Amino acid sequence: MTSPGVGISAPGLLFAVLGAAALCVPFMTLAANRIVAGEGVMAWGVASLPVVLPGLAAIAAGLIMGLPAGRNSLRIAGAALGVGGLLWLLTQGASGLLAEAGDYARVSPSVSFWCLLVVFMLLMADALAAMAPGPLMRGGVLAAVLAVLGAILWSGVLSDLSVMREFASRADAFGREFLRHLGLAFGSLAAAAVIGFPLGVLCHRLASLRGATLPVLSFLQTIPSLAMFGLMIPILGWVGANLPGARALGIAGIGFAPAFLALVLYSLLPVVGNTVAGLASAPPAALEAARGMGMTPLQRLLRVEFPLGLPIILTGLRIVLVQNIGLAVIAGLIGGGGFGTFVFQGLNQTATDLILLGALPTVVLALTAAIVMDILVELTRKTPKDSA
Amino acid sequence: MKIGWILRPLLVAALLALVLRPEWFTPLLAPLAPANGPVIYTRASLLSLSLSHLALVAMASAAATVVAVTLAILVTRPAGAAFRPLSRTITNMGQTFPPVAVLALAVPALGFGAGPTLVALFLYGLLPIFENAVTGLTNLPPATMEAARGIGLSRWQRLWRVELPLALPVTLTGIRLSVVIALGTATIGSTVAARTLGEVIIAGLLTNNTAFVVQGGLAVGLFAVLIYDAMVQLETRLARRMGG
Repeated sequence: MTSPGVGISAPGLLFAVLGAAALCVPFMTLAANRIVAGEGVMAWGVASLPVVLPGLAAIAAGLIMGLPAGRNSLRIAGAALGVGGLLWLLTQGASGLLAEAGDYARVSPSVSFWCLLVVFMLLMADALAAMAPGPLMRGGVLAAVLAVLGAILWSGVLSDLSVMREFASRADAFGREFLRHLGLAFGSLAAAAVIGFPLGVLCHRLASLRGATLPVLSFLQTIPSLAMFGLMIPILGWVGANLPGARALGIAGIGFAPAFLALVLYSLLPVVGNTVAGLASAPPAALEAARGMGMTPLQRLLRVEFPLGLPIILTGLRIVLVQNIGLAVIAGLIGGGGFGTFVFQGLNQTATDLILLGALPTVVLALTAAIVMDILVELTRKTPKDSA
Repeated sequence: MKIGWILRPLLVAALLALVLRPEWFTPLLAPLAPANGPVIYTRASLLSLSLSHLALVAMASAAATVVAVTLAILVTRPAGAAFRPLSRTITNMGQTFPPVAVLALAVPALGFGAGPTLVALFLYGLLPIFENAVTGLTNLPPATMEAARGIGLSRWQRLWRVELPLALPVTLTGIRLSVVIALGTATIGSTVAARTLGEVIIAGLLTNNTAFVVQGGLAVGLFAVLIYDAMVQLETRLARRMGG
């Protein structure tokens, strides 16, 4: 195809075509209230022409700047410019459309906005991937993106949007469910680590235990999440009713406890499996040397096998964390709290923006967790190489 | 291994009984139902719910397989190489999207019913299949490829007779991952009014009827475990044939 440095980037061309096509569908939706379906408004119709022109120009310029192959900084700048144009249209459109509509009217971004946002995000990711940034730079980019996102939400320029209205009327509940979600995801990760690491070490040492444990854990992993959460209810209900003191600890059939236990069960396979794989990844020569130095089995485990296996073990924790952030949504169905509460309330009321209020933060949280954990894995992988 | 030969027919029998003759389980489930409440879900037959659940998964997974394998073939050809880094980014990032969130986000775009569930299952199912198919198509033994070129096979013949068969076991693993996720996500599809076994669980959760929850949960769980197991068997058999 194209040699690096010259010509047109094939993905860039795809983005430009997709982006141009996305402009031909409604950019925003104006609805009479929060429940009814809205009417689509095209990008050039959200406000008067002099107001929308700069936004449209920025989007077009952003797409064109994504075209040259190999010019990565230019392409990233194009992506940023394009997102800026999208935000400009969104904020101008929101106030403009609402000014002419009734009191209960809601405006929300529509297909065109989301498609263009995805296109620009992919353009940025494509250009960034080509630059092959190190872990620290990736962390910096993530922090910058999150800071910009936080600043935009904080500044209130989007507060006219329907999803932000839903947020404003539930700010307290949002904070509470956010903490609950984190508690479910990270708490179950911690519990799974406390149970899984020793179990993994034992499995590493005893082949017979390994043969019995791993199939059982992968069997657990197969059970669909809703079924797993549901099956925890009678079990924990029984424990809460029959075990003295269990109810005082808050263990009951419905709520936090069954959700937490289900998440822990799902987490065990990646933790145990990757601990076993990580410990087994130590090269025989290193183990031989450790034995020759007169290390006890415990010393070998802590100073040789564990440090060498750390990247693989951390990869297991990454899988668990991302998986649990997503699965914790189901907790909303069994009264366990978390962002799932909003998602399922929204589905029941057919209130789209309430669904978004639950789903979007979950997605951001999962992506952030994945990127941070990837950086950690890479950092631990590097250390032994540098110090060796 | 021997346990499997005893356990498998037992689980199949249990599943068949649960789906075809749920009333047999009344004595077992009665203690879990609320006083004077129904014990067995009768609003729809478990058989029809199972069939529509499985049909949803089968359709989504079949479509995902065709599209994902086609895309994998495209990006592993020289002409599609420019899209490789992008496709890797999309699969890495896409798989961190929670399946439930994909389902929830499909509703505003597509409305309620089987449609959004099917689309969510399809989109999410693409990723593991694509990832594994690309892995399979890029890690081919060089000697075999050289031999295929040496005996004068055209590009198309190489793809069809050498590359795809060699990549099949890895691709099948991806399909299995995708099917297991689809079975689970389809269950949640009941919250957006798709007809699946999740309906029974949700009905149980809404009316505090644990008997319903256990019934639906067991049926879905057994389906998932048995399908997973069958696909593992298929993979090992294929891998053995490739090795031998």
